[in-house]
Amino acid sequence: MDTGGRREGSRAGLPPVGEGISVHRVMGTETEYGIIAPGAPSANPTLLASQVVNAYAATLREGLGNLAGTRWDYTDETPLTDARGFRMDRDRAHPSQLTDEPVELTAEQIALERGEPTEAAVLMNLVLNNGARLYVDHAHPEYSSPEVTNPLDAVLWDRAGDSVAVAAMERIAATPGFSPVILYKNNTDNKSVSYGSHENYLVPRSVPFSGLAEGLIPFFVSRQVICGAGRVGIGPLNQEPGFQISQRADFFENEIGLETTVRRPIINTRDEPHAVAEKYRRLHVIIGDANLHEVSNYLKTGTTALVLALIEQGLAPVPALEDPVGALQAISHDPSLRATVRLMDGRSLSGLDLQEVYCEAVTAALPPDADEQTRDVVERWQSLLTTLRRDPMDAARQVDWIAKLKVLEAYRQRDGLAWTDARLALVDLQYADLRPEKGIYQRLARRGDVELLVAAADVARAAVEPPRDTRAYFRGRCIAEYPAQVVGASWDSLIFELAGERRLQRVQTREPLRGTAELTAELFDAAADAEDFLARLLSGPDRRVAP
Amino acid sequence: MASQDRISTGGSSSESAEELPEPAPAAPAAQESAQTQGVDDLLDEIDGVLESNAEEFVRGFVQKGGQ
Repeated sequence: MDTGGRREGSRAGLPPVGEGISVHRVMGTETEYGIIAPGAPSANPTLLASQVVNAYAATLREGLGNLAGTRWDYTDETPLTDARGFRMDRDRAHPSQLTDEPVELTAEQIALERGEPTEAAVLMNLVLNNGARLYVDHAHPEYSSPEVTNPLDAVLWDRAGDSVAVAAMERIAATPGFSPVILYKNNTDNKSVSYGSHENYLVPRSVPFSGLAEGLIPFFVSRQVICGAGRVGIGPLNQEPGFQISQRADFFENEIGLETTVRRPIINTRDEPHAVAEKYRRLHVIIGDANLHEVSNYLKTGTTALVLALIEQGLAPVPALEDPVGALQAISHDPSLRATVRLMDGRSLSGLDLQEVYCEAVTAALPPDADEQTRDVVERWQSLLTTLRRDPMDAARQVDWIAKLKVLEAYRQRDGLAWTDARLALVDLQYADLRPEKGIYQRLARRGDVELLVAAADVARAAVEPPRDTRAYFRGRCIAEYPAQVVGASWDSLIFELAGERRLQRVQTREPLRGTAELTAELFDAAADAEDFLARLLSGPDRRVAP
Repeated sequence: MASQDRISTGGSSSESAEELPEPAPAAPAAQESAQTQGVDDLLDEIDGVLESNAEEFVRGFVQKGGQ
């Protein structure tokens, strides 16, 4: 089966995804939202998270789109397979690592919580028309975006997740008998707990994992200066007062490892490609902060894609650090951006210096005919680093931690507040509140104090429509067209159940760049119903695989 | 989309009659006072939406671990 031709088909004028020095590559984001119900402080968090999933399902049922309370198909999940070439024993794994088992919340548990009898069907998982997954992950609602091919689309479908979250909150608030919940796009409760926002990038399997780790560690340690979300409080237990650049930095303890919930590593080795395993890895990045600023999010994914491209071409600098975890925290704890960290070669560089090392390597390797979005990311990266060197406060329109710090400093100045003051902690928290009227970021954006990259109308559309240039299109459209027949889905499969047929039909989608609108829109348009659709699909050259 | 360093002169007060003409580069002193005004406006706006009991609210934001 020839995939080379598929790649070229993506979009005229753009380089093939994941080849050459470019920002174009299959990627996606995951957001675990913080959640509380102020009116029901002792509510089980898993139950609250399930309310978000069910509230959104109810919103969909009311006509915004079709609903598929789709089972997640866990067949191809391998959370204990390590990219370094081994597997962790199931009985040695932390229970939270067993992400290939469905979360269990029994009807009895729910009835007990609510103090009332309830019908059994509580959804813990939804696959959305836009190709995303909305589900209960541990004790948080999580939105995993559909696969996209570039940073601007990553921002768009990530923002779509926030609008899904807002719709769910509004639905719960409007439902009699339910205590309103508030969702936060942040990464810590500032007591002892952190929850993630992850990125995923498709990488050729042929790139050695050790090379990825080596090239990425100094980059991940330093990229917080351009895309950290800012935090009031220092230390995992918030044991010291102060402000730091990153939400997540203090919760990392290792350089490389398989875990995501304990002993968190800068480089996560989970080898669960959700694609043809012989050809691809999915680099699972767990070290990012959840971004509200679109420019921060754009640069986070864009610069990471560029550094991956450098590594693949053998052009990445390796400013190896003496103590990466220590450096991550030292850089985070210094918003003046002057702190330096020791390299193995004896040099001492700041976070900005490290970013410049990478930015210069990208600039030098950039082909003269680089596409528009790649050039845009590089130019913004260069210009932001220059601004940060001059005065970090000048980048408040682009960078989350700076916008937050600016508000905090204004409060400190006006009211003479110490860093221990609860109002500053509240500003930190409420910055990430997703309610349009209450969230401080939301207010800044509405005032025009923030640079936006995507239009509200496009975000609304992205909440219900999949990207057209990845397999997310096939997934989203199957869900939208055949909600009654699609009984299971995952990143790399869809399961159909047809009336009158005993066997389920599993269609694989293991090539992230197939199943696009270009390859499958006609098939969807031509099919009269699910039976006809499957018949046409299965009579194609490659049975049981999305075209 | 490319220009980034526009200085905010107080954001959404576009109905205000006393608004400075949009793109005209203000004199440094005027610019500074416009910025101060902008910060004051912003804090007033945030004051109006901040949860009322800061200490209690922040204490109540307890999460279970995640990834």
